[in-house]
Amino acid sequence: MPQYSIHVNGQDRQVNVDEDTPLLWVLRDNLNLVGTKYGCGIAQCGACTVHIDGQAMRSCVLPISSVNGKVTTIEGLSENGDHPMQEAWKEHDVPQCGYCQSGQIMTAAALINQNANPSDDEIKQAMHGNICRCGTYLRIRKAVKTASKKG
Amino acid sequence: MTDNKINSYSRRKFFKVTTVAGGGLVLGFSWLASCKNPEKPEEKLVMPEEWVEMSAFIKIGDNGVVTIASPNPEIGQNVKTSMPMIVAEELGVDWKNVVVEQAGLNSDAFARQVAGGSQSIREGWVSLREAGAKVRTMLVMAAAAAWETEPENCTVENGFVYGPNDQKLGFGELASEAAKLEIPAKVDLKSKEEYTIIGKPKGNVDMDKIITGKPLFGIDTKREGMQYACVMRPPAFGNKLSSFNDEKARKVTGVNDVFQFGDKIAVIASNTWAAMKGKKLLEAEYSEGSTLESTNFHNEELTKLLDQEDVEAMRNDGDVKTAFAEADEVLTRVYESPFLPHNCMEPMNFYADVREDEVELYGPIQTPSWTRSRVSKLLERPEEEINVGMSRMGGGFGRRLYGDFCEEAAEISHLAKTPIQLVFTREDDMMAGTYRPAIKYKIEASIKDGSITGYQLSEAAVNSNMYGLIPNFFPAGAIPNLRVSGKNYQSNITTGAWRAPYTNFLAFAEQSFFDELAEKMGKDEVELRLELLENAKVLAESDERIQYSPGRMQECIKLVTDKANWGNAAEGVYQGISAYYSHNTHVAEIAEVVMENGAPKVAKVYCAVDCGIVINPEGAINQIEGGIIDGVGHAMFGNLEFDNGKPSSSNFDTYRLIRNSEAPDVEVYFVESNEDPTGLGEPSLPPAGGAVANAIYKATGKRMYKQPFVQHEEILG
Repeated sequence: MPQYSIHVNGQDRQVNVDEDTPLLWVLRDNLNLVGTKYGCGIAQCGACTVHIDGQAMRSCVLPISSVNGKVTTIEGLSENGDHPMQEAWKEHDVPQCGYCQSGQIMTAAALINQNANPSDDEIKQAMHGNICRCGTYLRIRKAVKTASKKG
Repeated sequence: MTDNKINSYSRRKFFKVTTVAGGGLVLGFSWLASCKNPEKPEEKLVMPEEWVEMSAFIKIGDNGVVTIASPNPEIGQNVKTSMPMIVAEELGVDWKNVVVEQAGLNSDAFARQVAGGSQSIREGWVSLREAGAKVRTMLVMAAAAAWETEPENCTVENGFVYGPNDQKLGFGELASEAAKLEIPAKVDLKSKEEYTIIGKPKGNVDMDKIITGKPLFGIDTKREGMQYACVMRPPAFGNKLSSFNDEKARKVTGVNDVFQFGDKIAVIASNTWAAMKGKKLLEAEYSEGSTLESTNFHNEELTKLLDQEDVEAMRNDGDVKTAFAEADEVLTRVYESPFLPHNCMEPMNFYADVREDEVELYGPIQTPSWTRSRVSKLLERPEEEINVGMSRMGGGFGRRLYGDFCEEAAEISHLAKTPIQLVFTREDDMMAGTYRPAIKYKIEASIKDGSITGYQLSEAAVNSNMYGLIPNFFPAGAIPNLRVSGKNYQSNITTGAWRAPYTNFLAFAEQSFFDELAEKMGKDEVELRLELLENAKVLAESDERIQYSPGRMQECIKLVTDKANWGNAAEGVYQGISAYYSHNTHVAEIAEVVMENGAPKVAKVYCAVDCGIVINPEGAINQIEGGIIDGVGHAMFGNLEFDNGKPSSSNFDTYRLIRNSEAPDVEVYFVESNEDPTGLGEPSLPPAGGAVANAIYKATGKRMYKQPFVQHEEILG
């Protein structure tokens, strides 16, 4: 089995996995970083969103062999859970079941990296790819707005 | 008075928290910061060195920190916050000193450990308050004894007992003495005016873990020696497994075993990806074991059933036939709904370790007790040998009422003789569902001399009919001649409860129908509803089968019409109303639709709710917003068809769920109430579809008779 070296949350990690193994399962099963969630496996729901060099990426369709760059997962978004987006999530008491929320937060954090002050429409469009079956969309919009004001 | 059964003090115990190192275990609890005040620095809670177990619900630490067990499964309805809030209120502890833990299945100590029917708060209201009050009473008695005074002379506030002469003792100081006392059988409960926790917004107790990605959900389970299992199930309902070839699957690195059980094939692997990949490489042949059904076939069968006469009535008031015969006019409409999968964002999964001495089950399940008994029968093991632990659930919506996946996990672990985590792929989850069944309703009403004299509702459903109580919902009692009946077609497609079972579609049908009736009668839709509810007041007094309160529903309608400024919407904004009682809660909603690029778009929904006393306003509003968005989304887009037994969609590329940019804004208002609280996980969903349909009619002149509305291509593009 080939060995891959990836940079995750500030650390270099070595894993022995098949080359087609999606980054999602490397994170969850090999590196025990289970905050990144499996939702659909075909890049349609956003639950598996991580950052690669600051860009939001769907880790469920990203083979380990193609991962270049620095990977950040929800566990590494901030040291003390105090990224402006995480703080805003608390302020608006966003989650219901909570399952999709780490993907939502990662998408939202990447958005404000690139667009510090997104409009309401830009927020809706950026968050379009992340499904929440509980329907917490309104709170997500408000939280992104709050975080962007603070950022 | 409900006794919590853990009354014998011999079962209470002191125990040392071994995890506490010299400096104490310091945990940060983010929910301490008021969710409206993020500026407030996080307070740190120091864990005690010693706990005293006061009851199954409550442990008190030597430093006054209190652990409250949340008995019911958490599926996102936020009972893990709201149920302990009720206990904490009566206990008299400061919420910031409370740690919440999820209880395991313990039928001796806790009543009804089920997440379903929006009943956790309503059914727990007495026992949760008593659990807190009993321990508070014991703490007061211990303090009174120490001060040689009577308990009546003592008061409790924020984790301290106060005596008549400026004495003060903390719960932590009193716990060990208090634990020696008998748990009182009868206790006094606070009045609503005395509440300091109930009615105040409290953030989700799992917030920190959710936003930092800590292991919380069943799918995050990792145990020593655990392997992963994926299962290949027949692709169509009615298929039987004939043969299979596992040669390619076995070559996948990490796949350790492949075997058949029933018509399914299990792939056991050392990681999730290998199990999924192995499953994909299985080659299987199937034969037709029973009928392979298609949506067209269901449509024909249900239509036949709708037209069938002499079906036994679930409720029969007056004489509908005569009312129809004597009417000036009869309106008849048919409403149709498709199957729906649940689509919990966390696919079904479960951990099982079937050993000779005991069976351990852990994971996301709404019905742990039922699951234990099913696994007990399946494995022929006594229930005492089976432990069931509950993880936080990535959604339930009724799917996790059914423990089929727990049984599968137990059977696989039993056969493979290894602890396993069973994981459904999304495709498994959508294609091996327990679907909301396809249903059709025919509704007929007679109008004579300007009033509604008769009402007949006929239901035709796949597999099952309306629950016993629903025939006694509105308009039962409001119309003198009323008949409700149902027939079903027995299918091999598995069906079951789906968020707000039955009413999730029935409310749309009825509330659309009343709008059309109002138009026929030349009445305002709100006026007609208020009038019918006024009529219902007489019968609701005398007929105890009637489930809703006409007066409370009228108040909801008045509140929502006031807030939405009914009848005075801005130009280009079209309003539709819907009011529905379900799961013991009254809800009225007004949807606002605007035309965008020639198609109607739901821009906003106003909602008025009477759920009695509101336990946690922030969580309550969140539930109501979510139910509305979910209801709008499924009415607009939700659709699952069958072709020769095979579901039409298997993943989110072909199955449409509402997305962020499509979600309407929501404004929520509560009717002030001192009534006992009722649940909120479901009741805001049923009215949403009708409110949207009625607003779309105002905007376009087209009535919606079929869900999902997106099928009406001529108006929705």
